[in-house]
Amino acid sequence: MKRVPLYAAALGFIVFAGFPFYWMFITAFKQNRDLYVGAFDTRHVPWIFNDPPTLEHVRLLFGQTDFLRWVANTLLVIVAVVIITVALAVPAGYSLARLVGRWGGRLGMGIFFTYLIPPTLLFIPFSRVIALLGLQNSLGALILVYPTITVPFCTWLVMGFVRSVPWDIEEQAMIDGYSRLAVIIRIAPRLILPGILTVVVFTFTLVMQEFVYALTFISSVDRMTVSLGVPIALVRGDVYHWGSLMAAALFTSIPLAILYNLFIDRFIQGFTMGAVKG
Amino acid sequence: MKFADREDLLGAAMLGPALAYVILLVGVPFVLAIMLSFSSATAGSLTLTWVGFHNYSTILADPIFLRALRNTAIVTIGSQVLVIVLATAAAQVFRAAFHGKRAARFVLLLPWAVPVSLAAIAWTWIFDSTFSVINWTLRVTGLLHGWLYWLGEPGLALFAIIIVQAWRIFPFATVIVLAGLSSIPQDVVEASIVDGAGFWRRLFKVELPLLLPVIAVAVLFGVVYTATDLGVVYILTGGGPANTTHVLPTLAFQRGVLGADLGQGAAIAVFLVPFLIVVAVLMLRVARRTEVGAGGIGAR
Repeated sequence: MKRVPLYAAALGFIVFAGFPFYWMFITAFKQNRDLYVGAFDTRHVPWIFNDPPTLEHVRLLFGQTDFLRWVANTLLVIVAVVIITVALAVPAGYSLARLVGRWGGRLGMGIFFTYLIPPTLLFIPFSRVIALLGLQNSLGALILVYPTITVPFCTWLVMGFVRSVPWDIEEQAMIDGYSRLAVIIRIAPRLILPGILTVVVFTFTLVMQEFVYALTFISSVDRMTVSLGVPIALVRGDVYHWGSLMAAALFTSIPLAILYNLFIDRFIQGFTMGAVKG
Repeated sequence: MKFADREDLLGAAMLGPALAYVILLVGVPFVLAIMLSFSSATAGSLTLTWVGFHNYSTILADPIFLRALRNTAIVTIGSQVLVIVLATAAAQVFRAAFHGKRAARFVLLLPWAVPVSLAAIAWTWIFDSTFSVINWTLRVTGLLHGWLYWLGEPGLALFAIIIVQAWRIFPFATVIVLAGLSSIPQDVVEASIVDGAGFWRRLFKVELPLLLPVIAVAVLFGVVYTATDLGVVYILTGGGPANTTHVLPTLAFQRGVLGADLGQGAAIAVFLVPFLIVVAVLMLRVARRTEVGAGGIGAR
């Protein structure tokens, strides 16, 4: 490709992908009188700071809203869901790759396909199950249900990862007198540590992003997660506090984006199901 | 042989909990969703009264449902066509070396990393009826003389939804296509260059056919993510104005959860199943094709 069109095309994609984030940024730090000028007024340029930037919206977000509470709730759910997901998916993935023989691949595929069954199909039966269990309007509901999304995908991820690890080290340990179980407990975790880390990060990002179940099960503002509270509860009456809203969206997106950049290649290996070799 | 050396027992013990969880919390609710769609269940009571196809005949006679079904198809197809074009083009750009590529890649991935609900609220602000920066820019550049009520008119609102869905998914598709590009054997590409194929010829005759399974995977995930998504439409328009922009998930939520009519909500959501079955079958075919040559799935 020629240089000039290449840079022009790259710039085009970056503007399209990044423009809403620039808009979050500029909204989060603009003074209200600079922010709320109707777009009818063509002399007032909305793309830049016409007045000096302000931290007023950020202070409002951290001082007078439940944002920090939502962050704490989200972190609590993340920790619990990560523990459940690692405890279920890592042994299952290892088992499918190394222990259950030739049915492993088929079974793994079957588990993976349940990842395609969406929350928007399951939220109706779940609303009933959650009510029966007395978990409505509690973070417990999210902790119980979120692994339905993470376990299938992560089992698949770990299975793929274990297959890519050479068998020699475990074989050598068995020749050295370790039992099969001892190899699994003492040798294998070290070998598949990067795979386990990928599971942790995937689960983290998923819990941060999930909206459907949170919307269905959580009704009290003080029990919301970030992805639910910000768009639903950061509205006073009919008035949107756009500055604080965009600040919250920005502060949540950036750490997630950094994690995604670090782990993207591993996620992609999972999604392409072996259609692409990593 | 001792338990500690029995691979079959160890395998079952390690797989069991995950399998049990998936069956109990995905399999059973899935069946329950189908059963509920044939019942008159409401959120308040715990009884499950069989009503046959009553819910289905009710929604099939309901113009709002038919519109939601049509909208789901329009949004899914429209956004995925955009995704294919954008992702194929973006992959051609991002495979090349250029200054600032790492930063560019970071920005490119932002739409996929951000939580759907937060992206949707940002777009709601961008499409605001009074403060829309898009309207300002279009007016200043002379492209617009009147005014666009992005989320206030059914046609425009649907267009806005398609744009947001494509924006959210094309980075994911781009990365998948990029991964596919890097796994194309270089000698094939070089041979085509030696034979005198230019950029476009190489793209359409050599690379795209080889990339087809990978693009298919990206699109199939895109279809699932778009057709089953609740957040974008719920936040952007809430199904409005006047119930004209509902998709199946938002209507199922409105009837089943807010309206407490579980039976009807479930029946609406069940219409997502055909989308999913088509996707699953196509994915299996892709997987099987790659299994033969590349030793992907099933090869140990």
